[in-house]
Amino acid sequence: MNSIIVRDDGFHEDELSEAVFTSLETLKTGVEVPVYLHLENDEDPACLPLYFCWLRLIRIPFPDFADGRGFSLASAIRRLGYQGCLRARGHLIADQYRQARQSGFDEVEIGKGLAARQPERQWLVQLANNPGSYQDRLFGKRPVPAAPKSGHLRPELSPSSAGMPTV
Amino acid sequence: MYNYSEFDETFVRARVAEFRGQVERRISGALTEEEFKPLRLKNGLYLQLHAYMLRVAIPYGTLNSRQMRQLAMIADRWDKGYGHFTTRQNVQFNWPGLGDVPDILDALADVSMHAIQTSGNCIRNVTADHFAGAASDECEDPRPTAELLRQWSTDHPEFQYLPRKFKIAVTGSRADRAVTRAHDIGLRLITSEEEETGYQVLVGGGLGRTPMIAKIIRPFLPRQHLLPYIEAILRVYNLSGRRDNKYKARIKILVHETGLDELRSRIEAEFERRLADFAGVDQGVVAAIEEAFAAPAFVARPNNRHLDRLDADSNYREWVRTSLARHKRPDYGIVTVSLKRVGGTPGDATSVQMTALADLAEKYSHDELRVSHEQNIILPHVSRADIPAVYDGLRAAGLASANVGLISDIIACPGMDYCALATARSIPVAQDIARRFDELGLEKEIGPMKIKISGCINACGHHHVGHIGILGLDRAGVENYQITLGGDATDKAAIGRRAGPGFSAEALLPALERLVDRYLVERQDGSESFIDCYRRVGEAPFKSALYPGATQRRTRFRRRKRA
Amino acid sequence: MPRKFTPKIITSNHLLRGDTIYLSPSGKWVDRFRQARVFTDETEATQALAAIDRQRNIHVGAYLADASVSKDGVPQPAHFREQFRDTGPSNYFHGKQAEV
Ligand code: SF4
Repeated sequence: MNSIIVRDDGFHEDELSEAVFTSLETLKTGVEVPVYLHLENDEDPACLPLYFCWLRLIRIPFPDFADGRGFSLASAIRRLGYQGCLRARGHLIADQYRQARQSGFDEVEIGKGLAARQPERQWLVQLANNPGSYQDRLFGKRPVPAAPKSGHLRPELSPSSAGMPTV
Repeated sequence: MYNYSEFDETFVRARVAEFRGQVERRISGALTEEEFKPLRLKNGLYLQLHAYMLRVAIPYGTLNSRQMRQLAMIADRWDKGYGHFTTRQNVQFNWPGLGDVPDILDALADVSMHAIQTSGNCIRNVTADHFAGAASDECEDPRPTAELLRQWSTDHPEFQYLPRKFKIAVTGSRADRAVTRAHDIGLRLITSEEEETGYQVLVGGGLGRTPMIAKIIRPFLPRQHLLPYIEAILRVYNLSGRRDNKYKARIKILVHETGLDELRSRIEAEFERRLADFAGVDQGVVAAIEEAFAAPAFVARPNNRHLDRLDADSNYREWVRTSLARHKRPDYGIVTVSLKRVGGTPGDATSVQMTALADLAEKYSHDELRVSHEQNIILPHVSRADIPAVYDGLRAAGLASANVGLISDIIACPGMDYCALATARSIPVAQDIARRFDELGLEKEIGPMKIKISGCINACGHHHVGHIGILGLDRAGVENYQITLGGDATDKAAIGRRAGPGFSAEALLPALERLVDRYLVERQDGSESFIDCYRRVGEAPFKSALYPGATQRRTRFRRRKRA
Repeated sequence: MPRKFTPKIITSNHLLRGDTIYLSPSGKWVDRFRQARVFTDETEATQALAAIDRQRNIHVGAYLADASVSKDGVPQPAHFREQFRDTGPSNYFHGKQAEV
């Protein structure tokens, strides 16, 4: 177990440490059971709505905390209508947690080393000190419902309830 | 003037508190320097050659007397008694200590100011025409647009870690005083044939290592679609801009490599998607912004004192000729205050001068000041009746240099006197040029002239768009200066062409003198400016003035061949 | 023949003050270039740099800078950039030059 999952209620062990992730390419060839998708940060999410009902979770990597593609990708996926769990994985720092949440991520997967240097408190304070955002003020709150807590853990999650595209 | 709403106030204070925490965590080691750096940059804090430097935003270049006084207070309390006004409508303090910065940011918040996103790979301080709301050729005040963009871009969760920095400029006038064509996005308020106001959207301009003039990506964008469209541009850029090479990461390279048409269709597709869930911008916010920029209560007054003084005082006449621009009201004027005292540092003002400017603005300019990208200060709304009083006030503060638009009104970046990225100094070069042409007494004779100096290829001194551009380089451990000719920052925007090999610091001034002498010989009459003359006769005579030996050699060679 | 190694000093900026600092022969951070320890051996210089890189909450961005060394062993900046860092800006009497 090398990862920590950061959620709004704090640090968690990674329940998916043993899970097998599917690539976009494999997804496109067709799958038979709901899968965990690993989407590279240079892949085009436009085709995803076709497969939303087969996705238990989408994971987007952050190779470096200064590479912000994942934020736009998360936002684009939410706009495409995805309501399931979105996970950011890799080098994100505590100071980016609010941005990750506001862009559409539900949780962040970080290494244990980073978790030791930037303990839980430093992540949670990001939400506690949230003054609200200019974007919400200008556009109204975005109609993106937060994913059900640990939604991807419910194995009985049926394709029909996993959130069909709304647009 | 836009004053902070309750939300702005809460937001900025929270941001200061957050940065205070980040500084503490950096000191404790919870944040590494690599991690801290982008966070401090997003709050305007650089580490330069001799000290930290704090860059404070002056959104769209507008500030009031209270804000200017606070800048003076900060300069005295936490710095060395002066501030440096930059080409991007920011002000920089060159000597703060890391521990003091959160307090400085709180002091800024006290007067509705901040340093948010003045650096880093995010959307930077949005700039605008410094004559906004006052210019006689204006179709509409660009500042409500700029303020809307400021709010939208501030802490935008998606666009804090872009491939590279991103600069937006807005103008509402035909004469482009905001250099919109040298920005990542340039916005020009225009009126369509149907009499509807909207924007012409330009994209992919920029100076730096690969200078490019922006191209029109949308000839007309309806006003209400501004934010979704800009968001679409930014999303496409964030996802597909290059991240493998810092020098190829700006959107201008994406435009260049992708092609304007292809990029346009990607942006339009993203824009369509965005429109699907776009219900318009909150009208309460928009109304509050518009109201904040309503024109001040102008008062018609007789201007005999101004006219009498014009007759009686030749120094005053000279100053009026260079410093006074036409206001949209004939009984008002726009005063440009030169921060280019001969021998001084371009763009610097002492705390005493800042206070004097604040007092004059409060008394005579409806409490408004502007910062221009040319590193001067503007008093935008001065009744002609008060111009003599303003002049006297400026003279008392050492701010009445009658050189706006002339050869000593030089744009110069901080260069190697301060900047960690510099390859050579630029301030002493500007000082030498100003002093020399002042000694020669030629300044007035030479007329309109834009010299712009950068201390490295990043081009903060806009050298590419100077009539004469100077770029400081390091040639084998010695400062060396390259000259470009024919650049233009206005609506006729052009990138200057490199004249030839660079000059040593000692050879630079004589070379410039030869160049200017040649112009005085070549021009048709006193009314033909340097840039007009250059455009008419081409670069050849100026090149031969710069490199007399080289031309001789070449001619001799040609003669020999002919013989 | 091994390539000649230009003598080096180690310099950085102080985390809190931001000003230029130099590593002295006694291993302390000092204010002026001329007080810096001179490295004439490349391996020794890089090792020393790696060692002080661990004191990350004292200074920011240490590096090796070329020095020219006078007969009595006092190092001077070899490049004009280091010269300016050691003295201060040329437009005002500020920075190190103004400190007694
Ligand atoms: S042009 Fe270069 S030297 Fe001048 S301020 Fe910009 S980065 Fe520094």
